Amino acid sequence: MPDAVEVVGLRKAYGEKRAVDGLDLHVAHGEVVAILGPNGAGKTTTVEILEGYRSRDGGDVRVLGQDPQTGGRDWRSRLGIVLQTNNDLAEATVAELVHHFARFFPDPRDPDEVIAAVGLQEKVRTRARQLSGGQRRRLDVALGIVGRPELLFLDEPTTGFDPQARRSFWDLVEALADGGTTILLTTHYLEEAERLADRVLVVRDGQVVAEGTPADLGGRTARQAVVRWTQDGQTREVRTDTPTQVVVELTGTFGGEVPGLQVLRPTLEDVYLSLIDGGTS
Amino acid sequence: MSVVDTRTRLPGVLRLGLARTGYEVRTFFRERDAVVFIFAYPIIMLAIFATVFGQDGATVGPEPGIPFAQYFLPGMVATGVMLSSFQQLAISIAVERDDGGLKRLHGTPLPPAAYFLGKTGEVLATSLIQTALLLAAAALLFDVPLPTTATAWATFAWVFVLGTAAGTLAGVAFSSVPRSGKSASAVVTPVVLVLQFISGVFFVFQDLPTWMQQVASVFPLKWMAQGMRSVFLPPSAEAWEVSGSWQHGATAVVLLVWAVGALVVGIRTFRWQRRDDG
Ligand SMILES: Nc1ncnc2c1ncn2[C@@H]1O[C@H](COP(=O)(O)OP(=O)(O)OP(=O)(O)O)[C@@H](O)[C@H]1O
Ligand SMILES: [Mg+2]
Repeated sequence: MPDAVEVVGLRKAYGEKRAVDGLDLHVAHGEVVAILGPNGAGKTTTVEILEGYRSRDGGDVRVLGQDPQTGGRDWRSRLGIVLQTNNDLAEATVAELVHHFARFFPDPRDPDEVIAAVGLQEKVRTRARQLSGGQRRRLDVALGIVGRPELLFLDEPTTGFDPQARRSFWDLVEALADGGTTILLTTHYLEEAERLADRVLVVRDGQVVAEGTPADLGGRTARQAVVRWTQDGQTREVRTDTPTQVVVELTGTFGGEVPGLQVLRPTLEDVYLSLIDGGTS
Repeated sequence: MSVVDTRTRLPGVLRLGLARTGYEVRTFFRERDAVVFIFAYPIIMLAIFATVFGQDGATVGPEPGIPFAQYFLPGMVATGVMLSSFQQLAISIAVERDDGGLKRLHGTPLPPAAYFLGKTGEVLATSLIQTALLLAAAALLFDVPLPTTATAWATFAWVFVLGTAAGTLAGVAFSSVPRSGKSASAVVTPVVLVLQFISGVFFVFQDLPTWMQQVASVFPLKWMAQGMRSVFLPPSAEAWEVSGSWQHGATAVVLLVWAVGALVVGIRTFRWQRRDDG
């Protein structure tokens, strides 16, 4: 079976600006892939090309076996889309909207369960206009998943969520993924990528600069532990795959306590920052 | 993949069109300012013009004369239809395009036809209510006699339907003209206002300069107003028309041409996203 998303050599320019510049991307069925990258890296442009909203200048794109430019109703009924920005829906209530959108799809989820899943059950009778920013975002998510999509696009889904809402959103995404939904999300929250994604892509200037599981990202060297201590009044450090061994040796050298001992593991954030630091434009 | 295809089939366009109509009507009535404006405007205008011109029982037209309230009613009916079809749609669709509402819908399997059916249903519902209110106000407050013959009401029906169709389709097409949702009212309202002045809604059409009458004849509002005059004015007023006739044939043709032309333009130019988004 071909992948849910297959992108080879995707290109898209706005005037002189090459927003997407030869990007490759594959998402297998059932996989959760996160795209990370600084503002203006081309994440939204890429995702919206896959959703059929934007045309492309070059490259091969297949989403659920279809070219997004020619996807019909059948194809759309298998997608769930949460856009980065939306300012619509003002005068309808949460319940009305989720029930209404459910009717567009051949096999929707139960709208009330969806409302509960995004934590808006207290707000069913509230109009979208009166929701807080984070609540509106949860409504966006509800409308994106109510059609029981096979493939779900989430463009910065948790922007504006409080920490608790973010955590319950993660549980929701995990439940969707466990149920077999393929998910492509963009995010600026590394913790989110680490928690949710099977695979992470780091995009800069419209190109993929790194790709891997959250644990492997950046390659082995970037992921090595750093052992740091103080010797002769100076800070010393070594990079190593076997920090315990190093500490044992140091203990021997010092005959007991090692002054200023630290064992540091690079976080995804450290790796990420070193990756996107490679050039500023 | 055949295992997954136990999914039920896509919902039908008509059913979705009905669902959209329900949604559009419900949300329309929640925009209280727009509702008040669209429903009250023709009535207020009729009241003002009937009162100002009709002081001391003044009348207009050939002997024995038509009371001003009765003379202005057909124009206000036509204006009302234009407001709730053309103006309302051109503005609301421009706003929906700007705020991303259209984009969100286009990302679902909702067929475009169902969206437009919903808009049409909303326009029909609002213009029917609005016209009914206007006729009731005219009859009760200004003693305007309403037609009693089936022929007159049949004429009313087809002018109303064709006028609504032309206004709706022209509204959809024109919604692409404003560059943003914010500018939509500013772009659409003057168009409607100018048409009202030159089409014999606010002034007696016969009194307008010939060139203005000719310009107005290109647009549907003049024909809708004329068609409505044939319904609400006494038969004696027909000879007083510029052409000496109600011109029902020409009215039907002009409104149809506008409907079809706007449909063609609308299909070719309709965008689900802002111009700069793509
Ligand atoms: N419609 C457009 N017209 C002109 N330029 C655009 C358009 N959309 C995006 N761009 C440009 O393309 C580049 C990529 O933008 P994009 O929105 O894809 O970035 P992003 O990675 O999603 O950023 P963010 O994290 O801020 O959402 C930016 O330089 C942006 O200015
Ligand atoms: Mg973005």
